Amino acid sequence: MTRIAGLFDCLKREGRKGLIAYITTGDPSPERTPALVEALLRGGADLIELGVPFSDPIADGPVIQRAGERALKAGTTLHTVLDIAGQIRERSQAPLLLFTYLNPVMRYGLDRLAGDAAGCGIDGCLLIDASVEEAHEYVGAMHRHGLDTVFLAAPTSTPRRQKLVAQYSTGFVYLVSRTGVTGERDSLSDAVAPLVRSMRAITDLPLAVGFGISKPEHVTELGRQVEAVVVGSAFVRLIERNLDNPSLEIQLESFTRELKHGFGVPA
Amino acid sequence: MTPQPDLSQQPDGGGHFGPYGGRYVPEVLMAPVEELEAAYVTARDDPAFQAELADLLHNYAGRPTPLYFAKNLSQKLGGARIWLKREDLLHTGAHKINNCLGQALLARRMGKRRIIAETGAGQHGVATATVCALLNFDCVVYMGEEDMRRQRLNVFRMRLLGAKVVGVANGSCTLKDAISEAMRDWVSNVGDTYYLLGSALGSHPYPMMVRDFHKVIGEEARRQILEAEGRLPDTIIACVGGGSNAIGIFHAFLPDAAVELVGVEAGGRGDALGEHAARYRGGAPGVLQGAYSFVLQDEHGQIALTHSVSAGLDYAMIGPEHAWLHDRRRAEYTAASDAEALDAARLLSHTEGIIPALESAHAVAEAVKRAPAAKGKILLVNVSGRGDKDIDIYRENLKELDQA
Repeated sequence: MTRIAGLFDCLKREGRKGLIAYITTGDPSPERTPALVEALLRGGADLIELGVPFSDPIADGPVIQRAGERALKAGTTLHTVLDIAGQIRERSQAPLLLFTYLNPVMRYGLDRLAGDAAGCGIDGCLLIDASVEEAHEYVGAMHRHGLDTVFLAAPTSTPRRQKLVAQYSTGFVYLVSRTGVTGERDSLSDAVAPLVRSMRAITDLPLAVGFGISKPEHVTELGRQVEAVVVGSAFVRLIERNLDNPSLEIQLESFTRELKHGFGVPA
Repeated sequence: MTPQPDLSQQPDGGGHFGPYGGRYVPEVLMAPVEELEAAYVTARDDPAFQAELADLLHNYAGRPTPLYFAKNLSQKLGGARIWLKREDLLHTGAHKINNCLGQALLARRMGKRRIIAETGAGQHGVATATVCALLNFDCVVYMGEEDMRRQRLNVFRMRLLGAKVVGVANGSCTLKDAISEAMRDWVSNVGDTYYLLGSALGSHPYPMMVRDFHKVIGEEARRQILEAEGRLPDTIIACVGGGSNAIGIFHAFLPDAAVELVGVEAGGRGDALGEHAARYRGGAPGVLQGAYSFVLQDEHGQIALTHSVSAGLDYAMIGPEHAWLHDRRRAEYTAASDAEALDAARLLSHTEGIIPALESAHAVAEAVKRAPAAKGKILLVNVSGRGDKDIDIYRENLKELDQA
């Protein structure tokens, strides 16, 4: 069983919900990322998505775009991200999910990446611009090395695509709360409930919802419907606002705890 | 021998030209591109849609464009007979209007009321703003801030036509960043918004659809050259950024195996990565903005910055159908430097009284290189746009003319 599957088993046994935290690896510097991840974990994050910075992030809003620019400027590459994952793995057993655009992965080599990622203690991969139609080879490579493959389903995904997403996903399925790019929103679209219903009808995999979640109220609302919620831009924005602040880790930890409280269970 | 695929019958149902093309987009964009594909395929086969488009192309845009024998240029170079396909004479000054009329009619059919577009040189933005004025759409054009500086005149033209021009300050502030921003707008406003992509790039169905709307260029040219010369040309030359004008003129000639097809990329100011936009000088297959094709990138898979004096060629990826034609050796891709393009523009202006767009000047430069050694051959050059928009850049680079 992968660490990701293990996490969702454990959550179910304990009657808890999971908080998934995204950060852009290498923002503001590769040296800083392990400490930021530790802060997220201390605050109660259950799974970490390590974002790989890319020059042309078409699915991301301005906050994560800027984080990617900072990380690239600091010299972050896919190699760097794998190194950082290895450092995190030495001190933690939290599941790690690589979150990346396709081109850096193709350049690295699919099979080589799958092998190296598994060797660094990464548990799965989400390729944001690999549609299920184009994903066959990628899924094969990841599964050969025991990695989970997480795909996105959106409120606009047709039933045919929802089925393919369920079929190709392992670990969990990532539901997009609304159409649009990543980024915080005041209120969440009510498109999630129908999407959750239709995905439940075709898969037993755990469901996580992401995009636009930034407040404990969002966590409360969505925690009633799914096994986990994903928070990204809100963490990245907090990092951006405190780039030179020595208390960044403390703030990140307490914001994580605040979000986690949204589930109604003390972290 | 394995049977040769019919190159004129590409792409397959998934938008693949051989291994290239496809649909590499985030899941949130899949529904819009599937909706677009379905709407396009229905419209394409609808005689009423085609009739309305043909009428606008003829009466509004000015098709057919002339095929002009460049007698003075041919004499001066002393070799090949050079013919020019005059897309520069179209309304708005470039071939881009062909595609814009087609896609705007499609947008209306799909019930959209807002059209967004990206633009590099500004020609596609102007053409989009024009058809939006004509067909009464709200229009937003994304343009890199560097390109806005280089193409001030076109920025003003778009505004005069009623479009909103939004500067993009991300990345290299050029065409690829404008495309990313337009994709983000589309994915956030997909209910009422149509994304009018201007080159043979991006996710399926764009490379196929944009090609289809431009293939009229080659269909006309083929008919015209047969009428004028009684035979097919030996070589067809077109500039290639994303590759829309090139695929437009190449397509009708794909089955004519004896006709050599030459795409000219932007050689910029040097061979190092970042100094040019010639994908066949150091590019590798990869995924950018929805398509798999040849793309300039560093060893870590980050998309490279590019340079060209011509904003319209300043893009890191070549259209997927061109990548396939290259692999199949049906077309050849070469490059002209900034300096060669400027020289060619000056030569064409002097000899024929035609000031080409900087993009098209790259194709002219290739003809200049080939013509002297091509006695008895027919070269057909696509003059995809006129040079009015580039006057500021010509002035910056040909300072001696201001001293006279």
